[in-house]
Amino acid sequence: MILVYVNSSNGLPKAALETVTYAKKLGNQVVVLTNGKASSESLICLGEYGATKVLVDRMVDGEDPQQLTRLISAVVQNIGAKTVIFSHDLIGKAVAPRLSVRLQAGLIAGAISIPDADGAVKVNVFSGKAIGNVKVSSDIKIISLLPNSIQPEKTGANCPVEETNGLGGAAAIKVISTKKPEGEILLPEAELVVSAGRGLKGPENWGMIENLAKSLGAATACSRPVADIGWRPHHEHVGQTGVAIRPNLYIAIGISGAIQHLAGVNGSKVIVVVNTDAEAPFFKAADYGVVGDAFDVIPKLTAAINKFKESQN
Amino acid sequence: MKILVCISKAPDTTSKIAFTEQNTKFDENGIQYIINPYDEWYALVRALEIKEAGNADVTIITVGSAADEAIMRKALAIGADNAIRIDADPKDAYFTAVQIANYAKTNAFDLILTGKETINYNGSQVAGMIAEILDFPLISQASKLDINGSSLSLEREIIGGLQVVEVAMPAVVSCAKGMAEQRIPNMRGIMAARTKPLTVLPPVTAVELTSFVSYSVPNSKSAVKLIDPMNMDELVELLHNEAKVI
Repeated sequence: MILVYVNSSNGLPKAALETVTYAKKLGNQVVVLTNGKASSESLICLGEYGATKVLVDRMVDGEDPQQLTRLISAVVQNIGAKTVIFSHDLIGKAVAPRLSVRLQAGLIAGAISIPDADGAVKVNVFSGKAIGNVKVSSDIKIISLLPNSIQPEKTGANCPVEETNGLGGAAAIKVISTKKPEGEILLPEAELVVSAGRGLKGPENWGMIENLAKSLGAATACSRPVADIGWRPHHEHVGQTGVAIRPNLYIAIGISGAIQHLAGVNGSKVIVVVNTDAEAPFFKAADYGVVGDAFDVIPKLTAAINKFKESQN
Repeated sequence: MKILVCISKAPDTTSKIAFTEQNTKFDENGIQYIINPYDEWYALVRALEIKEAGNADVTIITVGSAADEAIMRKALAIGADNAIRIDADPKDAYFTAVQIANYAKTNAFDLILTGKETINYNGSQVAGMIAEILDFPLISQASKLDINGSSLSLEREIIGGLQVVEVAMPAVVSCAKGMAEQRIPNMRGIMAARTKPLTVLPPVTAVELTSFVSYSVPNSKSAVKLIDPMNMDELVELLHNEAKVI
């Protein structure tokens, strides 16, 4: 039996579909556990990705990792799960380690593959500079899946949703306020990312980056120096000490490609680099390169993408 | 109040990563070790700011060999009061967390700080494990931390936003960007660090729940395909038909 913990507080994120798809590849008995207010109608579709049943706790809001751990642990014992799957996102990073201790179950954090014939799972290590093969020695295994590591796949039909309440106990963390910018594409989940660096010369020049991102339906990101001098918010900083991402397409504009930056983005499937300096180290890590001035190239690229999108409609 | 800051060694961020012994061991040849940046820049410096603003005692702890005392002396030079080294190879996250929690148990800390992850294993595991062993709350990926009597007021990253939360001490907090600014140790700090206490303690037994059986480095990319900057239609065409990403 496999248990997948899914966060449904903002609807079903892509990470939820990825983790259920992943679980289905490991076995046929997949139970999903979620919590909060998501309607049962919005959860039945998890069956299409492989869930046989969805359990939902209406009393736990998911803000306290300790409370969530008690809930998940109780459900693991109730259904006799031998594998527990999380997304390696902010909730998975806080809850999976606690559950590991509580169940004395080894945790494979940040998995990018399903287990091989020997049970070893690939994880990103050294901030994406290397891959490790990890094995678990305990009876119960916990795996947290790095976002964007597999594509969601529909294989079945809707499944039943049941309530399970009262297993979490009280929360110790009190939420005072929550700020969520509306309408932005979340960087760790984004399939397309447009990123820019010091080559842009100033924060006032980000309009063309945002236009390009908008034409593609991409998230925006930046290099560390740009976040450090305050041109862009810290949460956009990708790299070894920022967010590590693995989108399908990463377009880097005016970023030289220091090893620390590459570490955070080299899981990207395709990399496009735009830089005035033909010797910029980023070109060595790129699939496609444009040697040219961003101020000329980016408006042209945006226009070309808009033209392409129109031709697709 | 008593603050425990967990520090880990990590290869300098410019390190080239390679492996030896049939790709089963990290190649330390030519590697310069630093304090894991999240542990140093955010957890340690914020602990020192709290100490300077009031009355706190800051202890750093690491699980590692005598070679790790260099990074411990640096943490003392930045301003920590004393240092504990658990004399063991930090085999996996659980083993490491058991060692730290065991020390914390007998020394009644109000606040335990870690970085949000290490830059070598990126697991974000140890903070949550310590919290669970001690039955403390965990606030993970905090970008602000203030002491409010016997409580903590924090800002933390949540999926797609930020949240302000409160929690009673004792608690474990994993620290992310925004919490503090990097400090460079000065000569006075470096001199003072030489005489500060550095205690070595034996490990307690703990099972290993996970093990790394081998490593690999990603295949290097084939040569970049250069596109004429005047012909962005060609780039779009390649992204659509060849790379199939748009």
